[in-house]
Amino acid sequence: MTTQAVRLFRRMDGLFAVYKPQGVHWKLVRDTIESNLLKELNSCPPPAPQLAVKFQLLSSGANNGSKDLILSPSMLPSLADHPLVTGPQFHKVHVGVGHRLDAFSSGVLVLGVGKGNGVLEHLCRSHVTRDYTLEGEFGRATNDFSHTTRVIEKTTYDHVTQDKLEKVLAMIQGANQKALITYSQMDLRTQEAYELAVKGLLYPHGKSPPILTGLRCIHFNPPHFTLEVQCVNETQKYLRKLIHEVGLELRTSAVCSGVRRTRDGPFKAENALTRQHWTADRIIQAIAHFRKTTRKIRKSGMHGQTAGQLNSSTRNQEQIRSQIGQSDQISQEHVELSSPTSDRIVDRVTPGTG
Amino acid sequence: MHLCRRCVSVLLSRPLLSAALQPSTHTLHQRSHHILLQHSRVQPAIHSLTQRHSRETWTPCGRRNLTDHQAASPDVYNNKTDLAEGEVEKHIVPFENLNVHQISNQESLSDIGLDAVVRPSPLQEISEEEAVQIQVPSALPPDSFTLKPYVDKSETLSKLVQLGVNLWELEQRPNVGSMLVRLDFHADVAPKLLFLKDLGVEESKLGTLLTKNPFILTESLDNLEARVSYLKAKKFSPQSVAVMVSKAPYLLNFSIERLDNRLGFFQKQLGLSAEKTRNVVTRLPKLLCGSLEPIKENLKVCELEFGFRGNEIQHIVTAVPKLLIANKRKLTQIFDFVHNTMDVPHSLIAKFPQVFNAKFLRIKERHLFLEYLGRAQYQPSQPNYISLDRLVFLPDDIFCSEVALATLEDFERFQKTL
Repeated sequence: MTTQAVRLFRRMDGLFAVYKPQGVHWKLVRDTIESNLLKELNSCPPPAPQLAVKFQLLSSGANNGSKDLILSPSMLPSLADHPLVTGPQFHKVHVGVGHRLDAFSSGVLVLGVGKGNGVLEHLCRSHVTRDYTLEGEFGRATNDFSHTTRVIEKTTYDHVTQDKLEKVLAMIQGANQKALITYSQMDLRTQEAYELAVKGLLYPHGKSPPILTGLRCIHFNPPHFTLEVQCVNETQKYLRKLIHEVGLELRTSAVCSGVRRTRDGPFKAENALTRQHWTADRIIQAIAHFRKTTRKIRKSGMHGQTAGQLNSSTRNQEQIRSQIGQSDQISQEHVELSSPTSDRIVDRVTPGTG
Repeated sequence: MHLCRRCVSVLLSRPLLSAALQPSTHTLHQRSHHILLQHSRVQPAIHSLTQRHSRETWTPCGRRNLTDHQAASPDVYNNKTDLAEGEVEKHIVPFENLNVHQISNQESLSDIGLDAVVRPSPLQEISEEEAVQIQVPSALPPDSFTLKPYVDKSETLSKLVQLGVNLWELEQRPNVGSMLVRLDFHADVAPKLLFLKDLGVEESKLGTLLTKNPFILTESLDNLEARVSYLKAKKFSPQSVAVMVSKAPYLLNFSIERLDNRLGFFQKQLGLSAEKTRNVVTRLPKLLCGSLEPIKENLKVCELEFGFRGNEIQHIVTAVPKLLIANKRKLTQIFDFVHNTMDVPHSLIAKFPQVFNAKFLRIKERHLFLEYLGRAQYQPSQPNYISLDRLVFLPDDIFCSEVALATLEDFERFQKTL
């Protein structure tokens, strides 16, 4: 006979996404969520206490006037099962964190509860791309690449225009594309490699340094500018360093004033829970929402294949390539692979023979 | 010989330890708790019923105990306070177990070195006086990890549970469990509870009070009465004394000199009248319990870093006494944001000191939302003025509808762009 608490606990199994606010350590987020889940579980009524036979001194029946006290047995609940003596029913809920976000950044943070932690492992090992929005500011350079730490140098930025910025971004993008192909560990002279490259399915296999699969400027208002990045295997410090390097290439200096993750694999910001909604019922709803995605990750993980996250990245790649007008082997009639919502995980064929 | 003594003691101790560790349906987590404790090599909190006896005082009952592993003899108290010890000895036992049986059959008791006690047979008839003198062994284990085996049997513990004291929390603290088990209800606990009731503390609050401070039961009644009379001499009304004791359970454990010292400090430092000091202390009696150094630091921070004048500090402290014991770093963060980013002058912050009570993230998100909408107006002289307390203390939906004039979904979407 399962109690209400146990039934609620069994529903807490799966993955969901949370929007981490800026300035908060990810561990605090994880602890807050765990304590909220525990609070809800422990507020369920505890199981009924066991009954024990106790002898009590009761006065004998009312008919005789003598006040004889006799020992009479009765079944009373045992105090050893009282909730103040046994303590809370649940002490721990396993909440795991996916790709971590440092305190300076904000954005989508994937968490796994209960059995979802195993699936989290698959997600981390698979090569899903992540979407970031980087805000930069020209004119300053700091030791930490962020806008709050000590300023090392100040420069002018009047000479910077949008097309210069685009050129620099294209150059960085080209270098990253090359790295993408190098780390895909495929022999480029085969037909298979060509077909995968046509579809845009060339992905780094195994360990690789941070690679940007997509990079473009969405807002330019000197000294402020905003970049959108899709990357694989990155850290937030690398992205801040990227802003600094963009500044260096433009013969000025730049600091990063914000790193925001808008997508982590199939988990997007629209469905991430904000701070007010970190309660057990909303979390269970979010887990139910992501159930299909979780199942797909688990299946793809079990097949031992790497899953590549696509559509938006391929589209951006095409845009940038057409912008610079690079001649390449990839034909212009690219195959539209997945739905525009781009939260599907496409299984990739392992290059066994290649 | 030494070997056999150890074996005997282990054989006798085994039923005791198993009684203590009886898993019930709800102690599975406690089981793992024990295992974790063992692995972490921390001395687990063991609640022992009696004082420690040295090994030599146990009286084994001859050969019989070596062969039958029945219920423990009442006179033997094995105070192995280290379960790890018992485990180690259990591993050593199996080899000697067989030997012991053989030895006991072959050697005489005097060779083993045990005191030979001649036990009468159970079928022998005894007189009435002897029958009355038989001591029934109590089934209580001499030590255990939790208070569960003792709760039903001990009057103190069952009355405390009925009052609402959280015994589970208390048994996590070292030595508190043993102390509670050894208390006598009528001698120790009842007078203190009556005293607290006379003081005016509500019965519903007694449970939480005792959970936070079980040591009020071990403090002597004279001391408690002296401290209460001191507070009343300082012109605290009886109701305020009751409120102070329920809010700060450790208050009556402090000596009169310490309370006097603290009250004097507050009156001098803050420069408030006696009436106002009494008001502040009644609302936050924790001020009298903690150390004075952090309070001095907070006051210095307000004066030097923030730049508040003396009378402003007085006003803020009387409105929000929590400022004195709040975290210095969080205070600085909030002040920095409100003064430098939101451009609110000192006088206005002194008028609404409740901002220091709020969470920093809340202030930040709401201010940025208002700025995005173009409604961030904090000067009282300008139109569309938004006061700081409305900014901070309204719940989200009312804030969105009345102050920001937007929907809750808009606010959430904006939060995801920060």
